[in-house]
Amino acid sequence: MICAGLDVGSRTIKLVIFDDGIRDSLVLETGPNPLWRCQEILSGRSYERLVVTGYGRHLVASVLGAEVVSEIKAYAIGARHLYADCRTVIDIGGQDSKAILLSNTGGMQKFEMNDRCAAGTGKFLEVMADTLEINIRDLGDLALSTSKVVQINSLCTVFAESEVVSLIARGEESSAIALALHEAVATRIVGMLRRVGIKERVIFAGGGALNSCLCQLLGEKLGVELAVPSQPQIVGALGAALLAKQGDGQNYKVVHKSDRLHLNRKEDK
Amino acid sequence: MTTDNRQMWADLGIDLKRHDVLLNALGPIYKEVYLSQTNRPQGMGFFDFVVGDIHGIRVQELRQHAMNGGKVVATYCVFVPEEIVWAAGAIPVGLCAGTQFSVPLAEEILPRNTCALIKSSFGFKLGRLCPYVQTSHLIVGETTCDGKKKMFEILSQYQPVYVMEVPNKKTGLSRELWAGEVLAFKDVIEKLTGNEVNAAKLSQATKLVNERRRALRRLYDLRKVRPVPISGKDALLVTQVSFYDDVTRCTKQVTALCDELETRVAARKGVAPNNAPRILISGSPMAIPNWKLHHILETAGAVVVCEESCTGTRFFTDLVPENGGTVEKQLRDIADRYMQIHCACFTPNDERLDDIVRLAGEYQVDGVVHYNLQFCHTYANEAVKVEEVLAKKGIPLLRIETDYSDEDMGQLRTRIEAFLEMIRK
Repeated sequence: MICAGLDVGSRTIKLVIFDDGIRDSLVLETGPNPLWRCQEILSGRSYERLVVTGYGRHLVASVLGAEVVSEIKAYAIGARHLYADCRTVIDIGGQDSKAILLSNTGGMQKFEMNDRCAAGTGKFLEVMADTLEINIRDLGDLALSTSKVVQINSLCTVFAESEVVSLIARGEESSAIALALHEAVATRIVGMLRRVGIKERVIFAGGGALNSCLCQLLGEKLGVELAVPSQPQIVGALGAALLAKQGDGQNYKVVHKSDRLHLNRKEDK
Repeated sequence: MTTDNRQMWADLGIDLKRHDVLLNALGPIYKEVYLSQTNRPQGMGFFDFVVGDIHGIRVQELRQHAMNGGKVVATYCVFVPEEIVWAAGAIPVGLCAGTQFSVPLAEEILPRNTCALIKSSFGFKLGRLCPYVQTSHLIVGETTCDGKKKMFEILSQYQPVYVMEVPNKKTGLSRELWAGEVLAFKDVIEKLTGNEVNAAKLSQATKLVNERRRALRRLYDLRKVRPVPISGKDALLVTQVSFYDDVTRCTKQVTALCDELETRVAARKGVAPNNAPRILISGSPMAIPNWKLHHILETAGAVVVCEESCTGTRFFTDLVPENGGTVEKQLRDIADRYMQIHCACFTPNDERLDDIVRLAGEYQVDGVVHYNLQFCHTYANEAVKVEEVLAKKGIPLLRIETDYSDEDMGQLRTRIEAFLEMIRK
């Protein structure tokens, strides 16, 4: 059976089509209208069941008639599928960071998630990259290019930005500032991880795992080797697709392909 | 009626324009949160009416009382002994302070990193938005947190405020201090009203307030049943309304509601499926119209069966002895009863931890949600111990820190849904 998992995140939408393995996957910017974007993504694709996760899950699932799952559970299931011995999942996404502890059978035991503010999330680094006029993709490598230590004390995006501005004015190099920013995020994430308790193996997923400096700092601070999936962003969508696959029509409603996907767009407005 | 209300609000100095916006916002929220529920007990009709007329009839009653020479005493905390107020022929009113609406106003003066409850209450006065505050002759504050303590100093520039000192420990010395505070409060109320608080009146008032406590205890006992006959939202509303409604009327309405719930229980009729996760909420108070956490939990398929909070069990669990005696003896009984409230302002406060574990068992809960208002340091720090204790007992816990605004609804939904996924077997 072909199943689809859709992860409607704050920054990107991820799709996984799954039958015996991942048949197809993609990552696209969410943009201003996630519903349209999802309809575009799904249009022309055939699948028998769909489960939606991510920040926009309720909006999208209610229109598409799909079931929903929290991204916390979706990440837990996706990570466990990729690494059968996974006990801890770190997910740094656009607006949320999560630390999830799994039992040895893979059930969720405990989780922590950042509160409302963007501190310790991908958004935080994105805002700071803007201030430094650096592409977010290059921020991690830039930070790794220096060993100079400066301090960013504030994790509040607003205050940290003014700290960055002061550091720039003091003549600090962008690389040193970038490193300090990553340090601040990594410290925050480690705090969350310590609260859930860390058990190996630790999987680092979400868009944040694309950042080379975060991977290195988290590994160093935790003193464990992190496993980073080859496509860290799609782990949640994969988990959703796996849930769709497991669904027996009770827990997860069967949605027939493309039933309600091509809505009149005027209605959406 | 509406015209009468407008005139009354104008007479009370209400900022009518802003007040209209507030009331117009409440209707749709109530409709979404409350009236959308199915299978509600008929007895909730009274409470729907009270909220629908939130600044109407009850304010008129208080005004009438004031016009006849009576006094109205406004309070913010379950530590203020209302028996003394009733005994002096005055009417106590628990103020709400549960909306984001008045927060920006307060932030013009108070520091932003103050809890929403303090900001909301201050904003209501500053913006002349609450007819209950405007009707009251005295606001009674207390020292259950530093933020409130200092806010009351500023509030006293706008309206007469009296502050009771709630001690921070439960030692013999602290109890003596509190007994003295209760005695002093009696003098303050006697002076305000010109009426003497004698033994007979105090004993009568004690019975009156105890009756309401008994009715609320009965309501909560009914929530221990599976399937639960009333939603957490509805039960929370009953408690919230009992803070400002007439004590006798409220007791009568809660009793009628409980009678109905008993027939539901006998018929095994519940508001949620048998397998809906049963949740105990513990932590900061939820004042009207703060229904945020209950709403998210119950729309995600859980049912809230108990609140270990000042708008829950701490409000009514303990009774004041009714065996009368001298005024001094009765005041001592009152003081002792209030010292049994396990507020996070106390150190240590292990009794609260025991309460949470006990309630989790009694109400057959599947998980506990610890709720604290952002910047409420006492509850936030105490949550660490709550977590330790519950972990030992194997009771799942989710810690939520939030305020009255809607900005974090998405994040809260994610965490709450994940928590329910985790505890659903």
